[in-house]
Amino acid sequence: MSQLALDKLRERFGAVILETHSQFGDDTAVVEPSAWKAVCTFLREDPALDFDMPVDLCGVDYPSRATTGRMEVVMHLYSISQKHRIRLKARVGDEDMDGAELDSVTSIWAGMNWLEREVFDMSGVKFLGHPDLRRILMYPEFEGHPLQKTYPAELTQPLVEYRTEEEAGVPLQKQEPFGPDEGMSFGRRGLPRVETDRD
Amino acid sequence: MGDVNRSLTLDGSEQGFATTRVDALLGWARKYSLFAYPFVTACCGMEYMALTSPRYDLARFGAEAPRFSPRQSDLLWVVGTISQRQAPVLKRIYEQMMEPKYVLAFGTCASSGGFYDNYTTVAGIDKVIPTDVYIPGCPPRPEAVMDGLMLLQDRIARNERRPGVVKPRLDPVAEAKALVQIRKSAKDPREVLPAIKTEEARSLVERNGGAK
Repeated sequence: MSQLALDKLRERFGAVILETHSQFGDDTAVVEPSAWKAVCTFLREDPALDFDMPVDLCGVDYPSRATTGRMEVVMHLYSISQKHRIRLKARVGDEDMDGAELDSVTSIWAGMNWLEREVFDMSGVKFLGHPDLRRILMYPEFEGHPLQKTYPAELTQPLVEYRTEEEAGVPLQKQEPFGPDEGMSFGRRGLPRVETDRD
Repeated sequence: MGDVNRSLTLDGSEQGFATTRVDALLGWARKYSLFAYPFVTACCGMEYMALTSPRYDLARFGAEAPRFSPRQSDLLWVVGTISQRQAPVLKRIYEQMMEPKYVLAFGTCASSGGFYDNYTTVAGIDKVIPTDVYIPGCPPRPEAVMDGLMLLQDRIARNERRPGVVKPRLDPVAEAKALVQIRKSAKDPREVLPAIKTEEARSLVERNGGAK
């Protein structure tokens, strides 16, 4: 859509911009984590770019990419005045999520406050310089970060003790919700996906 | 009111009297004076609003009065998904209610967690508090909820605390099988009728007569 932002970024930062593409018209730049805040400041303050609206921030876990940074932090920005968008990515953390840290950009966009808390809560990325880096969706007692691929899919951490079946006098175990030919294609609970008439 | 009627004795004078068992009378009285505490957390709330509005008119069953204090209510409507974070609140609300108290799980999420089988959702409120009636549906239609309420009233009148589940009016399995049969058969769909067991599925096939 607008190569402008990507061109300017490459010109200004050079090798710090690891890669860029505009697939499906979505301008994307992968940046060195150490330059995260500098790039954000530039995007916000350059008058021709003027990215004044933080749209979204999220973490995507790629356990297979442990060497180049396992957790990909994805930021979407929009400029209300220039009417263009950009997507920034930074890859942080090794396979144990060590070094999964980024500079907080709450001083640039105040709206990033809760989004960074969400990424911290769900994916376990620490934002250095964040004024109040607490969990935002899960409860304080929760251990781990549920959107990391290493978090066991069926692990729950109840705050109140579950009733036992003796206490209740009735079966409480949840029935298998899906038959072998139903449900999600990736084989929930180890059930292989079965070919059916619908396929 | 069956028990009361059967043992009613009147001699036609002003000195008439009626006899019944105390528990039957109490059950009959409780059944029509359910004060509801709506614990509404999710999209089922929309269906709950429809239910209490004039079109479906829950007042007909004597269970329409909401009390937003657990101490004044005796029927806890759990309407929607309960997350792990809400579970302690739900339990506290339940504990604050006065005996006798009843709990109604409105919708699939409250009944079993629904498709939220993950780190954040309680897989059914019965893991935390005793539940009297489960109403499946995503969300359940108001008719299904009324079925559930009548089921609960029936249990209350008989002073029985065994949990009850509202049965679907259409059996989804039979329905799906019938539709597959219709789709596969190149002949007149009505030829598959004898193979269909349930009344509901048969009427469904008849309604869909020529449509393939």
